[in-house]
Amino acid sequence: MVNHIWLWMILSGVVAAVVQGRVDLVTQAALTGAKEAVAVCIGLISILVFWMGMMRIAQDAGLLEKLARLLRPAVRFLFPSVPPDHPAMGYILSNISANMFGLGNAATPMGIKAMEELQKLNPDPKTASPAMCTLLALNTSGFTLIPTTIIGLRMKYGSADPAEIIGSTLLATMISSLVAILLDRWFRSRYFRSRAE
Amino acid sequence: MEWINWISKLMIPALIVFIPLYAAYFRKVPVYESFVEGAKEGFPTAVQIIPHLVGMMVAVSIFRETGAMQFYLKLFQPLLSLIHFPEESFPLALLRPISGAGSLAFVESIFRAHGPDSYLGRLVSTMQGSTDTTLYVLTVYFGAVGIRRSLYAVKVGLLADMAGFVASWLIVTMVFGS
Repeated sequence: MVNHIWLWMILSGVVAAVVQGRVDLVTQAALTGAKEAVAVCIGLISILVFWMGMMRIAQDAGLLEKLARLLRPAVRFLFPSVPPDHPAMGYILSNISANMFGLGNAATPMGIKAMEELQKLNPDPKTASPAMCTLLALNTSGFTLIPTTIIGLRMKYGSADPAEIIGSTLLATMISSLVAILLDRWFRSRYFRSRAE
Repeated sequence: MEWINWISKLMIPALIVFIPLYAAYFRKVPVYESFVEGAKEGFPTAVQIIPHLVGMMVAVSIFRETGAMQFYLKLFQPLLSLIHFPEESFPLALLRPISGAGSLAFVESIFRAHGPDSYLGRLVSTMQGSTDTTLYVLTVYFGAVGIRRSLYAVKVGLLADMAGFVASWLIVTMVFGS
């Protein structure tokens, strides 16, 4: 699927540029895209270094296990294939809570640590495991209690009530997260069935 | 809703104080050494993500900058007017899953043109907040651990995005009226 989307974006871009007689647009766009991507990764370095350091302290202190034990039933339901005492559980939970409270910067390193732990349980390191797909579904649907970026932007443009969209956003993100979880379940069972055959 | 804002602001300083303090005081963890040990992993992880993100963002950039995206938007227009989906907000539905910065810039343009308190302003606010940038999250999370085949994850992410947009449209229309 990613392969198709990737190829489709590039091909339709090239065709569009050729039709307009502006093939140079492709070169320009490719270079700016690459530049932006590297800039994003450079920005990630400081965040990853800092939070992975903090997370190690939390892990050494047994805080992640505590967190995992606290919310075990919910996570067991979402991640049946992960042993309940596995360190991945603590990272998954800290990732979800960081997302909920809108700590985007902290959520990414925690999510990556969770992925690393899930990778240790993965029989094929090049292919995502179903548990990884579930974690990704939770993150792409962006469940958050408070959309801080948008509220800030509304403030900047002089909204009379910048926070009035909290309710509608919360409801919409709950629906998209619910759909993500249900679809993930459905695709997961289909995947296991196709592998069993 | 004010309290949520506060939690969000206080959470990070609270974590930065609580984690090392608890570890040092109750568990006798050598906190600084522990921090450095964990932080070491940050740099290689960021570097590991670079090829994945460059690949993805180059494709997104070509798709947007060459006008290919505009073409697809026009293609969908008749269908949108058929179901009365507000046309001006539709580019966001296409942009939101592929580019975080791009979709935020689009939201700003709507705010500038119609104001944040207009129907469109509220709609794009809700759409933007209802989901995360699916392709970016996928690339970063899977890229960091070297996953190349993502099974059904993209489908789940994109379909959930669509559900979020339709939900935003219905909810904003019901709550604020069109």
